[in-house]
Amino acid sequence: MSDTLLDVDDLRVTFPTRTGLVQAVRGVSFSLGRERLGIVGESGSGKSQTGRAIMGLTPPQAEVSAKKLAFDGIDLLSISPRERRALRGNRIAMILQDPKYSLDPVMTIGRQIVETLRTHEKVSKAEARERALAMLQAVQIRDPARVFDLYPHEVSGGMGQRAMIAMMLVTGPELMIADEPTSALDVTVQLDVLKILDKLVAERGMGLIFISHDLRLVSSFCDRVVVMYAGKVVEQIKASELRDAQHPYTRGLLNCMPRVGFERHPLPVLDRKPEWAA
Amino acid sequence: MTTSITVEGLEVVFDRFRALKGVSLEVREGESYGLVGESGSGKSTLLRAITGLAPVASGTIIVNGKTLGKTRDKAFYRDVQMVFQDPYGSLHPRQTVDRLLQEPLAIHGIADGEKRIERALDEVGLGKGFRFRYAHQLSGGQRQRVAIARALILEPSILLLDEPTSALDASVQAEVLNLLEEVRRRRKLTFLMVSHDLAIITHMCERLMVMQNGQAVETLTASQLIGHRVSEDYTRNLLRASEGFVRV
Repeated sequence: MSDTLLDVDDLRVTFPTRTGLVQAVRGVSFSLGRERLGIVGESGSGKSQTGRAIMGLTPPQAEVSAKKLAFDGIDLLSISPRERRALRGNRIAMILQDPKYSLDPVMTIGRQIVETLRTHEKVSKAEARERALAMLQAVQIRDPARVFDLYPHEVSGGMGQRAMIAMMLVTGPELMIADEPTSALDVTVQLDVLKILDKLVAERGMGLIFISHDLRLVSSFCDRVVVMYAGKVVEQIKASELRDAQHPYTRGLLNCMPRVGFERHPLPVLDRKPEWAA
Repeated sequence: MTTSITVEGLEVVFDRFRALKGVSLEVREGESYGLVGESGSGKSTLLRAITGLAPVASGTIIVNGKTLGKTRDKAFYRDVQMVFQDPYGSLHPRQTVDRLLQEPLAIHGIADGEKRIERALDEVGLGKGFRFRYAHQLSGGQRQRVAIARALILEPSILLLDEPTSALDASVQAEVLNLLEEVRRRRKLTFLMVSHDLAIITHMCERLMVMQNGQAVETLTASQLIGHRVSEDYTRNLLRASEGFVRV
């Protein structure tokens, strides 16, 4: 964690609505080295908007502001859209939740990976194909040459998500943002996909931001966890110390899920306090 | 103890695809029975076949002693109600909660609607203030409460629950699971519940069936599952997966 890859200070994302301004993200600060950081929160906590703001995918009507939003020393808020585009998909990549909706349905998987690569690097078609195949191999797709020519609807959810990981990793990014990468998958497939992601992130020494609503999953996967509530960070904690979490929201989230072998009737529920959102 | 639902050799075929390949199960009266499996295992299809929403190719379904034919009569739906997975999709977007709850009462010609609606809303923890709202004015958890109220308003004896909490946040999920347990205890309901999450099934159900590819893998009691006394590898895999990610 010696070098800081990403520095976020007082990030705010504001949406104009008919009833006035809504702040989805209200002053989020954290920094990230070459480590795995989890961002956890419920729907509406602003975790995805935080990820999207870093990626530069905030909807145009919304406003992003921050005291500092820097990736590897580059101020992301002051560079031109063109420079931003050159970073996106190249040095910063993002895996989305559902491969059914986030892959192009009318393009073969291979072509999509090749397109990503050729957008950012000057490589010949043949070489791009080679690298795409190698990448598909790296995400443990057994028959890369066959999957290369398939359309997204012809593969399963787990396979589609692997293809998306391949597409995001093919340019060798330094920062990867994974927004609920396994929520749409079956539990057994989830673990396979996480294993692949874990191995590749470790091998390549990337920084990873893992956004999820599942605190237990995040804590088993990440080094550090940022817990968000109502657009704010309520607690930052090492994953290994999650048991000693201080904030009642973090503790409530950990507690309220049923677990095999722990009988509790009724389940403890969150008693939301207005001051958490203050 | 009498049986509430008996399913024998049930086959469901969509065109040429066999979604259920001869599944049998028996749910006792007052019991909570779980169906677990990955997507495509046929667990939801089984529920839908019972309510008449999936084409039954062969096999028998007996509910409360009556063998079901091709169609279901009104009396069946008074006894058996279903709660669906997605509370955003299962409530009519242009009807108020009041109107949504009136509909089953009108279909079944029940007179004391006023009282029943108030009681149903009260029972699911929504006050009178929610009665004239639209679905889009409610949160996911509140919507699922309305869906549960709609199912309860006919005073059924069996509730079919198709992933009732998988679209909800963890903390809201806990509230809805508690609510379901409470109404089951109060009304002595029989539950047949589908989930992909072993932890939820062991929390809610006494017995369960693990399904894969339209077939039963094995039938277990919750305590067998908790004690890892399972005989099939597939179930063992599911158990391992439910414990979360472990770095090797």
